[in-house]
Amino acid sequence: MEAILETHKLTHVYSAGTPFEHAALTDVDFTAYRGEYLGVIGRTGSGKSTLIQHLNGLLKPTSGQVRFEGRDIWESKARTRQTRFQVGLVFQYPEYQLFEETVYQDISFGPRNMGLDEGEVDRRVRQAAAFVGLSEQALEQSPFELSGGQKRRVAIAGVIAMEPSVLVLDEPTAGLDPVGVESILSNIRDYHRAKNATIILVSHSMDQVARTVDRLVVVENGRIPFTGAPREVFAHGAELARMGLGVPAMTRVFHRLRAMGVDIDPSVYTVEQARDAILAKLDRGPHKAGQRLCGEGKKEPADMEFSASLAENGMEHTPSDEGKGAE
Amino acid sequence: MDQAIIKTKDLRFSYPSEEGVALLVLDGVNLEIQQGSFVAVLGHNGSGKSTLAKHMNAILLPTGGAVYVDGMDTADEARLLDIRRTVGMVFQNPDNQIVANVVEEDVAFAPENLGVPPEEIRRRVDEALRQVDMYEYREHAPHLLSGGQKQRVAIAGVIAMRPRCIVLDEPTAMLDPIGRAEVLRTIQALNRESGVTVVLITHHMDEAAQADRLVVMAGGRIVADGAPRAVFQRVEELKSVGLTVPETIQLLWHLRQAGLDVPLDALSDEECAQALFQLLSGKEGKGFGSDS
Repeated sequence: MEAILETHKLTHVYSAGTPFEHAALTDVDFTAYRGEYLGVIGRTGSGKSTLIQHLNGLLKPTSGQVRFEGRDIWESKARTRQTRFQVGLVFQYPEYQLFEETVYQDISFGPRNMGLDEGEVDRRVRQAAAFVGLSEQALEQSPFELSGGQKRRVAIAGVIAMEPSVLVLDEPTAGLDPVGVESILSNIRDYHRAKNATIILVSHSMDQVARTVDRLVVVENGRIPFTGAPREVFAHGAELARMGLGVPAMTRVFHRLRAMGVDIDPSVYTVEQARDAILAKLDRGPHKAGQRLCGEGKKEPADMEFSASLAENGMEHTPSDEGKGAE
Repeated sequence: MDQAIIKTKDLRFSYPSEEGVALLVLDGVNLEIQQGSFVAVLGHNGSGKSTLAKHMNAILLPTGGAVYVDGMDTADEARLLDIRRTVGMVFQNPDNQIVANVVEEDVAFAPENLGVPPEEIRRRVDEALRQVDMYEYREHAPHLLSGGQKQRVAIAGVIAMRPRCIVLDEPTAMLDPIGRAEVLRTIQALNRESGVTVVLITHHMDEAAQADRLVVMAGGRIVADGAPRAVFQRVEELKSVGLTVPETIQLLWHLRQAGLDVPLDALSDEECAQALFQLLSGKEGKGFGSDS
């Protein structure tokens, strides 16, 4: 896998030299690979927002490096500027940043700043609007007449219109209802597939990232304690709960089952995986795993099932869950 | 049961629109909320749940039907102050609800406006901050608090008015899991220990599951009303109105679809694990007793 965006020993200290000095990130080595769908999870104050603000040069490292396509993004002004067009950042509650008179103008702000000609700007605005499911009529409306969910789409389209090769979204579904959440996530997935873009989804909702991403990076206390495929990360259920991260409900239930003496792999995180694991254990599923009740905590070969259900869940972008585990 | 503190009768509400075509948001809602109960109102965006909440302390007035707060018609302007004293409201965004630069001053804001004497204000503010577990932060600046802490300060500000009922409109939507848990604990304690009636508007299934009673809204009407355990068993129905059920119940529902005999009311992690345990040990027949 080719790294597209990396940090090397990235350290960021806020208010250095004052009594409020606070290290938000300490020696962080972070990698995003080209074309992957990456989730970044961490509780409020973990440093995850500080980390992503370094990815397109909004914050400058106190020490260490941020590299885009192998080159330090701070090596020249031109390089920094170019990175900002290539790494699109959608903030939390981006709808508060809308300012133009029409939706069209708002979405076109980014591509215009890139110095593109009118025809190209128009193409990008329409395509970005289509990605997020905004109708042609909506383009002529004032963004302030739209509902909260629609405004959020406009804001996301504004970043997509710059056609970044890396799209970073900070809590893009916060405050939306389940239908709104699914629809925004599927818009992002469409962009990911159509452009083979790298997506970095920042969230504190484990349930959501678990269903969505290829790989997870956990940020805690300015460091990265875990990274890997979701099921590898969720196997650390107890530690994640201690960090104040919500572990998916299915993972919690399976950990309880294990504590009751049932020999079952607790690294499930979706309802479908849980169903398949239970059915398999009852010899009812498609895969007969030779598992027994009340084992000595011995790991049974459940990997096959997970790979199968991962594929069912449309995560076929995961070339190899195993290989990407440890960095 | 006690008297209803909030009662809506054939409540209809439509927002006026520019073209003069009224948009009907509430289409005949009949609801009685008993004093001292904890009621969750669940619905997707646009279901009318927030509009319903705003009728509960006369922020909005019905365009048809009526709403009574402790017997007072909310359309009666002369009773507005009494209505607002009876039912307090907490909104989604904590940043929009905090007005002062010091936590305790913020909490004192409402009782000051109500003309409560200073020593009584002091007492109420301290008590309210203790109830939401923010007393030690009383001299802090609100903008430096976490989302969950800010929301608890907002709740304290409402409690300081000593309302008998609190309506919370998606109070945790902008919070992380820790903040959500803090706010939910606070709400539960208020209901159980202080007997405050709680109406929680939410789209989080796990929060709705904590209530005594769950009201589901769709298309401006009440489509289900009952104990969460009972309502969540109506899996298909809830799906048809754009809602899901907690994952624990989804799993059991899927297993039922596969022809297995499992209960559909195992709501908590513990109950779900127990049901699965029974299922697995029953099949294996290795003599697992119910050791819990």
